[in-house]
Amino acid sequence: MKKLIVFLMVVVFAMLTTKAFAKDKILIGFTTSLTGKLNAESKAQLQGLQMWANNVNKNGGIYVKSLGKKLPVALKYYDDESNKERVQQLYVRLINDDKVDFLISPYSSDLTATAAIIAQQYGKIMISTGAAADDIFAKGFSVVYQMYTPASRYLTGALDMLKKYDPKAKKVAIIYEQSEFAKAVCDAAKSYAQKNGFNVVMFEAYTPNTTDFSAFLNKMSSLKPDALIGGGHFADGETLAKQVYEQKIPLKLISLIVAPAVPKFTEIGEAALYVTAPSQWEPEVTYSQDSAKKLRLPYYGQSVKWFTDTYRNTYHQEPGYHAAGGFASALVIQKAIEETGTLDSNKVKQALDRMNIMTFYGQIKFAQGKYHGLQIGHEMVYLQWLKSDNKLVKEIVWPLSAANAKLVFPYSTKFKK
Amino acid sequence: MLVWVNAIINGVLIGLAYAIAALGLNLIWGVMKVINLSHGAFIALGMFAAYLSVKLLGLSVYTALVPIFVGGLAVGVVAFFVSLYRVLNEKELTTLLSTYALSLIIIGLGTFFFTTNPRAIDTHLGSFTLGYSSISYARIIVGLISLLLAVALYLFLFKTSLGKAIRAVSQNPTASKLYGINTTLVLSISFGIGVAFAAVSGALIASLFPFTILSGSVYELKSFVICVLGGLGSPAGAILGGLILGLLENILTLKIPVDYMPFIEFTILVIILLIKPSGLWGRR
Repeated sequence: MKKLIVFLMVVVFAMLTTKAFAKDKILIGFTTSLTGKLNAESKAQLQGLQMWANNVNKNGGIYVKSLGKKLPVALKYYDDESNKERVQQLYVRLINDDKVDFLISPYSSDLTATAAIIAQQYGKIMISTGAAADDIFAKGFSVVYQMYTPASRYLTGALDMLKKYDPKAKKVAIIYEQSEFAKAVCDAAKSYAQKNGFNVVMFEAYTPNTTDFSAFLNKMSSLKPDALIGGGHFADGETLAKQVYEQKIPLKLISLIVAPAVPKFTEIGEAALYVTAPSQWEPEVTYSQDSAKKLRLPYYGQSVKWFTDTYRNTYHQEPGYHAAGGFASALVIQKAIEETGTLDSNKVKQALDRMNIMTFYGQIKFAQGKYHGLQIGHEMVYLQWLKSDNKLVKEIVWPLSAANAKLVFPYSTKFKK
Repeated sequence: MLVWVNAIINGVLIGLAYAIAALGLNLIWGVMKVINLSHGAFIALGMFAAYLSVKLLGLSVYTALVPIFVGGLAVGVVAFFVSLYRVLNEKELTTLLSTYALSLIIIGLGTFFFTTNPRAIDTHLGSFTLGYSSISYARIIVGLISLLLAVALYLFLFKTSLGKAIRAVSQNPTASKLYGINTTLVLSISFGIGVAFAAVSGALIASLFPFTILSGSVYELKSFVICVLGGLGSPAGAILGGLILGLLENILTLKIPVDYMPFIEFTILVIILLIKPSGLWGRR
């Protein structure tokens, strides 16, 4: 009898332990702003993540070599209410109670900065998406990785574009909104311009509710710049573009953050034509096996067309860069697991550290050393509003590896009609 | 050189539009010694009246000025009896509070109905080129209409009997009453004209720049600066003040950063208050 009891205990213990240790799914944890001011962008990011999970599970999961089988993935998420304090509590809960394997960031730089501290504290790998701030990655975090091109490189591509299309163009005017994000973007653009031999003839900020830009534009006219870069948010950026058009300022290039990337920008009609803007990703990008080959990079994951079509069919709307960023952030984890064949944090971290791949979202490579985790592979794409069948359409014009249309240069072409 | 010409033309044109906004404020102060804190709210109402006339009725924004003026006059007369008439002889703080309350009500309702999303009216009028940049015809039209309105107000105040009555009441209400002038009527019409000018200036500004229901406060503040510059209670002073402000904003900024402007404007305001509180054109 005693023997039987001991035998049964051993059996039960063995069953319990195998059950506890046998991994039956890969758990990815994050918070998302189902409510609060970040709701719209956050929702798109969540949809991207859900689409990734559904697709992986449809194919049986991710193959983990060390376990010799495919494991399905599961998303564990909570509503952070767009609130930093909630993020702090919930990321601790995800790590301690839910025991997630990997973390994805919330949406926005502010919330991500908070989540990153928790992730680092517990040594849990976190892929940050929807966060462009550079300073999160100046704090020496070793397990946080950024998907977005950082703010400091938002407008540098515009200067590269100008240099490529007109090497003689030297004068640049920077007019930007007095906000933290726009200032970070434009400070970085200014020093990049000066380093690259441009002459920044004007560098001025406007208050967030400015509606009359005539004083700025009149001064800019007198300085005869080749290009105008800057902007801030939607309303001011749209007005600035409109007034540049009304004053018929013969610029070669105009590139503004945020406003022209929003579809509503077309409401200013002709004034939108030939305006360019940086964007993290657009459905029109042409990243592909071929463009990867040209850069001698391996291509990983689905095609742009697959992503765009599936998103449209699933959610009945056009995917934007928030959704693409969400999908791509999970794709990066998938790649690292497949490559190392394990769920071991250290090994996955090493794979992320050496990662340099091309995906539908663009190139992905993380900085090492002082700014560990900062995104250094991904490029902003530049869209330009062009005319097709008398309708305004946005097309990708830069970088050339992702372009599907040729930049109309100079901007002032439209005044000559 | 052309840049300076451009800046001067732009300054004069926008200065005239500012002056029209300030004239409304100025007239009300001149006649009844009330600082109308609902001035900005009426400017915003004028902006939305223009927007709705263009979007819903298909009117041109310039045609819409006529009904906006008449509507502003009517709303102003009603507003006078609702919020001012009974407190007119109280201390200044009371009239300040009552017009401020009116402003809160208008802005609150406006926010409810229109939200704070920015709107814009497209005039599609094009522009002519001068040197490296251009001046839009829309601005020129706004400048001309403003000038016309200023002249019309002058003629009304100095050449019509009602205008003369308004001036009489502004100079000596008791004596006017003794001469048989219906001062209540005159005061209400003056307030109506002030509001109508605010609304029309709002419509004119809306034809140039995008706006929200909260945009009126920017121009209300400018109107105060203009009135102090030119002299409270002096219509000619308001025109002068508007022109000075418009020119300062466009000319000085060619040489100094644009965001220094509010600092300079308010420094001038303080200096004027210290050395000539009656304003450049004001009477003592």
